[in-house]
Amino acid sequence: MGEPAIAVDAAAVRIGRRTIWSGVSMRVQEGEFVALLGANGSGKSTLLKALLGALPAAAGQISVLGRPPGASSGAIGYLPQRRSFAQETRLRGSDIVRLGLDGDRWGLPLPFSWGRTASRGRAARRRVAEVIETVGATAYADRPIGELSGGEQQRLLIAQALVRRPELLLLDEPLDSLDLANQGSVAALVGEICRSEGVAALLVAHDVNPLLAYLDRVVYLARGHAVEGPVEEVVTTATLTRLYGVPVEVLRASDGRLVVVGQPEPPAHHHDRHGHGPHAGDPGHADAG
Amino acid sequence: MPADAAHPTLSWNVAHDVAQVLEYHFMVNALLAGSVVAVMAGLVGWLMVLRREAFAGHTLSMMAFPGASAAALAGVPAAWGFFLFCAAGATAIGRLSGPGRRASWSEQSAGIGAVQALALAVGFLFVSLYGGVLGDLESLLFGDLLGVGDGELLLLAAVAAGTLAVLAVLGRPLLFASVDADVAAARGVPVRALSLAFLLLLGLAVAATSQITGVLLVFALLVAPAASAQALTARPLASLVLTVALGLAVVWLGLGIAYFSVYPAGFFIATVSFVLYVLARVIAFARGGTRRDRQPADAPARPAGVIA
Repeated sequence: MGEPAIAVDAAAVRIGRRTIWSGVSMRVQEGEFVALLGANGSGKSTLLKALLGALPAAAGQISVLGRPPGASSGAIGYLPQRRSFAQETRLRGSDIVRLGLDGDRWGLPLPFSWGRTASRGRAARRRVAEVIETVGATAYADRPIGELSGGEQQRLLIAQALVRRPELLLLDEPLDSLDLANQGSVAALVGEICRSEGVAALLVAHDVNPLLAYLDRVVYLARGHAVEGPVEEVVTTATLTRLYGVPVEVLRASDGRLVVVGQPEPPAHHHDRHGHGPHAGDPGHADAG
Repeated sequence: MPADAAHPTLSWNVAHDVAQVLEYHFMVNALLAGSVVAVMAGLVGWLMVLRREAFAGHTLSMMAFPGASAAALAGVPAAWGFFLFCAAGATAIGRLSGPGRRASWSEQSAGIGAVQALALAVGFLFVSLYGGVLGDLESLLFGDLLGVGDGELLLLAAVAAGTLAVLAVLGRPLLFASVDADVAAARGVPVRALSLAFLLLLGLAVAATSQITGVLLVFALLVAPAASAQALTARPLASLVLTVALGLAVVWLGLGIAYFSVYPAGFFIATVSFVLYVLARVIAFARGGTRRDRQPADAPARPAGVIA
């Protein structure tokens, strides 16, 4: 306890010879809900990969749940950025959640078993039902996942990430491709999970507005550097202007929504931002505009 | 008295008909071989359909042609060439279709198509080098289910047992990697290795079965029962059981009809499996009609400029 879920100190990540970002420091404490913001290509997914241990830190220190990245993957619930399931995927939502529980174990679950195996099977089914209840997906968890809407799929995927009672949730753009109502309700769900289960969550997003009511803090990545702090300190004209190095204006609408005007746009070809392999989170374009 | 094998007659007495079919050793062997194939091809095919790798499976079954012609050229049993080419084909497809399932769909099928074209071309070359006519090209394509010997049956059963044992060990992680590769990889499941292992398994199953049932037939048993079962249910266990049941039904019905007819067994097996598949789709469509009018209301609606 007292150990932060995520501790990054003056870290840098290089892919090939290019430095994605450097001098990044951040903390996420137990039970905290933190958003990782930034324009497309600013290196948000790269940061998640570094936290998962898929990319080494070229400088500085990264520690996750008190250990080096990758060492405590069992205690991390990771939700990759993804397209939804194909419509013809003929498995139930609850099967997808169950795979999150024991899908990495070799062998098959025996359909007919007794004794300890049977009670373990019952416990697994109970846990799956419980976590599906937590995310409010009970009504449709037994339908084929491909037939569900994006918001319904996203809830089940969050259940899948939660099913092993992780101490840390890493969610890569879970609000992407959801409509505004669903963005709000999924954000509320993550905030609720952080509070009720004491789970720390780092959620990657490029729009902070659906999250505003639930966030503890934000980390804002731009031009290879990061600023960390409460939303009202980070998403401001002064801070973002300093971060981007060009004049940027933050407007507050009457309903409290934040609008960032004048930030350098990434080049248009860049929408494959969480693509494959070493180009993931392709950096260096955020300052190109 | 059982009817003469040359003129079997169908009566309304089903027990009598079945007894009549089982009178002959070659029919018993055919039924046993067909059942083994139905189980193995069904289960491997279930994963193949789920992974949407039917084109890869088709290409692997095409490896029979270069495999058999290479074997004829080298003067070794056809089975050797068959296994060799299936393994090579599986490896090539695994390499070409990129890391895990991340290669785009069209990219993947283009790669597999290229492998298939090359395989057929190589087979053609071997045939012309061989100079002769490949004597059993017809049995290569359409199989010789009614001519299965005891030794072949035993070999087939051994291959099936091995395939199913490996499948059982790989089971859960393979399923995880098949439907949810990213999360599986993050959980430490060796997605790429499993993908290659599955293709090799698929190749083995295809090679072993098409020795007996023919290239075209194995494919009917690989795809149709699994696709029908998946159309009917999304529960994995029910779906697997249904796949095997449908496969067995296809083989038994097909062989049964063939016995009382003058036309080849392969035709009836393929036809029955096709009819079952169409039926399954019709049933699924009729049941799904009520659900499908729900709107997945997830149009991304972000006011322009609001990017914080």
